[in-house]
Amino acid sequence: MKITELFERGEFVVSAEVGPPKGCHVEQLLEEAKTYLSGVHAVNVTDNQSSVMRLGSLAMCKALKDEGLNPIFQLACRDRNRIALESDLLSAAMFGIDNVLCLTGDHTKLGDHPQAKPVFDLDSVSLLHTVAKLEEGEDLGGNKLVGEPPKFAKGAVVSPCSDSVDAQLAKMERKVAAGAEYFQTQAVFEPEKFIKFMEKAKQFGKPVQVGIIIPKSAGMVRFMNNNVAGIHVPDEMIEELKKDPEKTKAGVTGVEIAARIIKECKPYCQGVHIMALGWESKVPALLEAAGI
Amino acid sequence: MLITEMKAKETLVSLTDGKKVFIINCEGCKEVHFPGKEAKEFQKELSEAGSVTGIITTDYICNPDNMKLRLSKHMAEIEAADAVLVFSCGVGVQTISAYLEDKPVYAACDTYPLPGFQGVTPLEYECDQCGECWLNLTGGICPITACSKSLVNGQCGGAKNGMCEVDNTMECGWERIHRRLAQIGRLDALKSPVRVRNFATDDEVSK
Repeated sequence: MKITELFERGEFVVSAEVGPPKGCHVEQLLEEAKTYLSGVHAVNVTDNQSSVMRLGSLAMCKALKDEGLNPIFQLACRDRNRIALESDLLSAAMFGIDNVLCLTGDHTKLGDHPQAKPVFDLDSVSLLHTVAKLEEGEDLGGNKLVGEPPKFAKGAVVSPCSDSVDAQLAKMERKVAAGAEYFQTQAVFEPEKFIKFMEKAKQFGKPVQVGIIIPKSAGMVRFMNNNVAGIHVPDEMIEELKKDPEKTKAGVTGVEIAARIIKECKPYCQGVHIMALGWESKVPALLEAAGI
Repeated sequence: MLITEMKAKETLVSLTDGKKVFIINCEGCKEVHFPGKEAKEFQKELSEAGSVTGIITTDYICNPDNMKLRLSKHMAEIEAADAVLVFSCGVGVQTISAYLEDKPVYAACDTYPLPGFQGVTPLEYECDQCGECWLNLTGGICPITACSKSLVNGQCGGAKNGMCEVDNTMECGWERIHRRLAQIGRLDALKSPVRVRNFATDDEVSK
């Protein structure tokens, strides 16, 4: 089901993210997804996230769909040229996968195959444009498709707490012009920055899902502060995680913090996107704590 | 060798229409083919329309010291112009654009590679000779060489504290482009249609 239909109905859209395994067995992931993510509207499947080679996003989307979940096919431009991207989009449509999230992708140097050639034949904006062209029955080379063209809910990402927020807004506007119908954001730990961002972003008239990562420990958030673009976890939050009597192993403090962020951002956006990073089991508790 | 080929006349007209321009021709490297005849014709038309504040023909504008010296006598003419139009390879345009930081500096040519000696450049600015010069849309900062992913539609989400995700000693190219477009009042360039790169620089394929 297209996630855009839910936005149109005025639902507060909840999605969560899963990363396929580095291997060809998906039983465990499917089991976890069925157990913990059956309550969300859609499940994103990452595409060789952080340039780390894993089982393919498209295959995992199909497996989730067969189990009754609603997958969002993440498609990055790092590993495929325009021919392969278009071909994978047609393959997704054949499987009935109708949500796609278009990304540029991290550079190959950041991942586990730093020797690989980075492709970037297209980027997030030209990929959205390509999807829109396919929907009109024509490929990027100007050739006609045979039969009824595919139709996707076209998603994109934006980084609201980036220190280059004006450049991010300019890119967001280009994505909207290229056909983006909804946005998921990089993880937010500073709701006041997100709210400020949304004041400017609402002019584009597209639904935005606030990105949420459940902070696992002080060490994890310090690592993100030092290494992950667009994420800044404030000192008070790090102190809060440090003080946790259970050392956050149970995730209680992390879930509390994430729920608080969702509550603060909720009035300003149209949904939430949870990147559980292995803590899929905490998603139901998080949604309950956030009152969703 | 490399070829500098004049951009389509309509493109140049769209950049210069209704504006006063200062024109710089670089005939530096022997290894570079310069579109002499076409350039002269177009410049004559602009001059007759009264749009030109000055024209210089020089060499090695990619050498910053040489370029500053050559431009020093013409600063009043440059000041009087709304934009500077440069007929050179991509390195020359980038050198001038970095020097005249408050002035829109436009590339009048696309640069294509040919086998053989590549001419003399100081390598301070790089030109990938991609054959579809982007500098007019990006404030004279090359997105192909200044961005690790060679993105042409704007910044990715990977910049941290304004630095590139691949090399934290390199400023994000799009951060620089954005700042410069704001400085020269050309942020509207970011609202142009979706850009799709053309890797077929071979004439027979690209046309």
